[in-house]
Amino acid sequence: MTRLGTITRYVLLALGAVAFLFPFYYMIVGSLQTAPDTTLAGAFPDPANITGENYVNINERVNLFQGLANSGIFTGGVLLGTVIFGTIAGYALSVLKWRGRGATLVLVLLVQVVPFQLLMIPLYVMIARDYGLSDSYLGMILPFLINSTAVLIFRQYFLQLPKELFDAARIDGAGEFRILWSVALPLVRPALLTAVLLTFIGPWNEFLWPFLITKEAALQPLAVSLANFISNVAASTSNPFGAMMAGAVVLAGPAVALFIIFQRYFVSNDLGSGVKG
Amino acid sequence: MTTVAAPPSTTTEPEETPPSRRRKRWLGEHPLGLLLSTPYLLFIGLIFAYPIVFSVWMSFQDYFFAAPGAVVERPFVGFDNYVAIVQDPAVWRSFGNVGIFLLINVPLTVGLSLLLATALDRVVHARTFFRVSYYVPYVTASVAVVAVWLFLFSQNGLVNQLLGPLEPEPSWLVNSALAMPTIALFVTWKGLGFYILLYLAALQNVGKELYESASVDGAGAVRKFFSVTVPGVRPATVLVFLLATITGANLFTEPYLLTGGGGPNGASTSPVLLMYQKGIEQGNPDVASALGVILIIFVLIISWVQYRFLGGRES
Repeated sequence: MTRLGTITRYVLLALGAVAFLFPFYYMIVGSLQTAPDTTLAGAFPDPANITGENYVNINERVNLFQGLANSGIFTGGVLLGTVIFGTIAGYALSVLKWRGRGATLVLVLLVQVVPFQLLMIPLYVMIARDYGLSDSYLGMILPFLINSTAVLIFRQYFLQLPKELFDAARIDGAGEFRILWSVALPLVRPALLTAVLLTFIGPWNEFLWPFLITKEAALQPLAVSLANFISNVAASTSNPFGAMMAGAVVLAGPAVALFIIFQRYFVSNDLGSGVKG
Repeated sequence: MTTVAAPPSTTTEPEETPPSRRRKRWLGEHPLGLLLSTPYLLFIGLIFAYPIVFSVWMSFQDYFFAAPGAVVERPFVGFDNYVAIVQDPAVWRSFGNVGIFLLINVPLTVGLSLLLATALDRVVHARTFFRVSYYVPYVTASVAVVAVWLFLFSQNGLVNQLLGPLEPEPSWLVNSALAMPTIALFVTWKGLGFYILLYLAALQNVGKELYESASVDGAGAVRKFFSVTVPGVRPATVLVFLLATITGANLFTEPYLLTGGGGPNGASTSPVLLMYQKGIEQGNPDVASALGVILIIFVLIISWVQYRFLGGRES
């Protein structure tokens, strides 16, 4: 590689990084400004213009703590279902041989192509109207209870385990449940972490579904209450953009922090297996 | 296996009596697999299969909301809902908007993510830093980054301040010609990190010897990029096309929040946003379902055409 080529590469990558990170930087700076300063100088915080007031303001309109707790319950429920049902389905689809396995695998791949938004009307009618599950955590969680991508990720990891391992355990007389619990699961523990991290951002960031079925503010995940603030209430606040930024920081914070801590688990292979099957 | 050894296994490894052998022939070697997949299969039935059928059925009825348990008549109305959809100019406009979205989103996504992935592929220093920064928008909630973009692209926002006399009038998100392109730009920016990782993985499959022989033939960096890299990652490009189409068909949060529910004169309304307005705000789930069915057919056709013409045969 020539020297010039290397320099070009780094300049290009650095420009890209600025374009990707600047809005986040601007989000934090904006959330701390007493009055919005939209000139270029406003991007560099002026100590005289720094305040925590926006966080107080948004918290008066949107209960941030309650919103975070609701997002947490929603996300936790989805993750629990994904891990429990996803692991056993992934195990069944990789290690066990049974009639209908091929058809089930095709189904897992097929389901990934169905965009969730296209199901929103019938699901809304069913869950909110017929079953009366609007304004409930169960209604929020139900459509996301099992993540097909996670099933495929689990399957991929179980497939990587040597077949001899399972044969040996069977010869030793272990039942399939026991093999799953004591042989397979301990070996794919890192995979569980990856799957949890990959599926965490889905429900945490999900907006449309909880927005449809939660009308009660006390039950809304933070993404929904913040969106309602942006579209309805913001204009009546003294520093609307400051309050919006403050809410955005609180909503973005947990996901971004988790991602940065665990970034080495977000490997391209898993994404590939997630979308390619 | 003829003997059953350990006690805990008796339930799952039954003795090979004739009935169990018959069951095994029926259900396969490990019938437990079916049991373990049952929750998933039930979920698919309840959350995907039934709603799809229900949606198609609803699109042919005069369906309206009623109190739970109330018995009401919902007559079959044939294609009435579909006729209403086809005659609605707002629907055509929303599909046109998806077209604009794709025209901007697809070339930008393919071009920028391939360029950045190629640059990142051979870089040694600060690799993790770049990967993390590109991926951060992807892991962040749309609602949170929408807030920043609203601030950046507002009338007196930073973007207009920097443009000075060049600022568009009316401003970005309230300008009927610019609202949809701004949304497309937002979605491209937010999703790019995902596609960069996708291309990074695809680049691993491009043979190094191809680059070497290209060098021997005297090809420069640009020539190598277009003659070796671009054809080498074609399966990934097909995937980008398909995923972009699905993203376009799913667009809701961005037009709803960035342009206050559809923009000036519906300039940024998406089909899903219309489904929400018609189905839930105006209480016509039957019409919304018909729109959903048309949208599914539209996505399937576009995907099939792309798959056919972009050479899905490799994958």
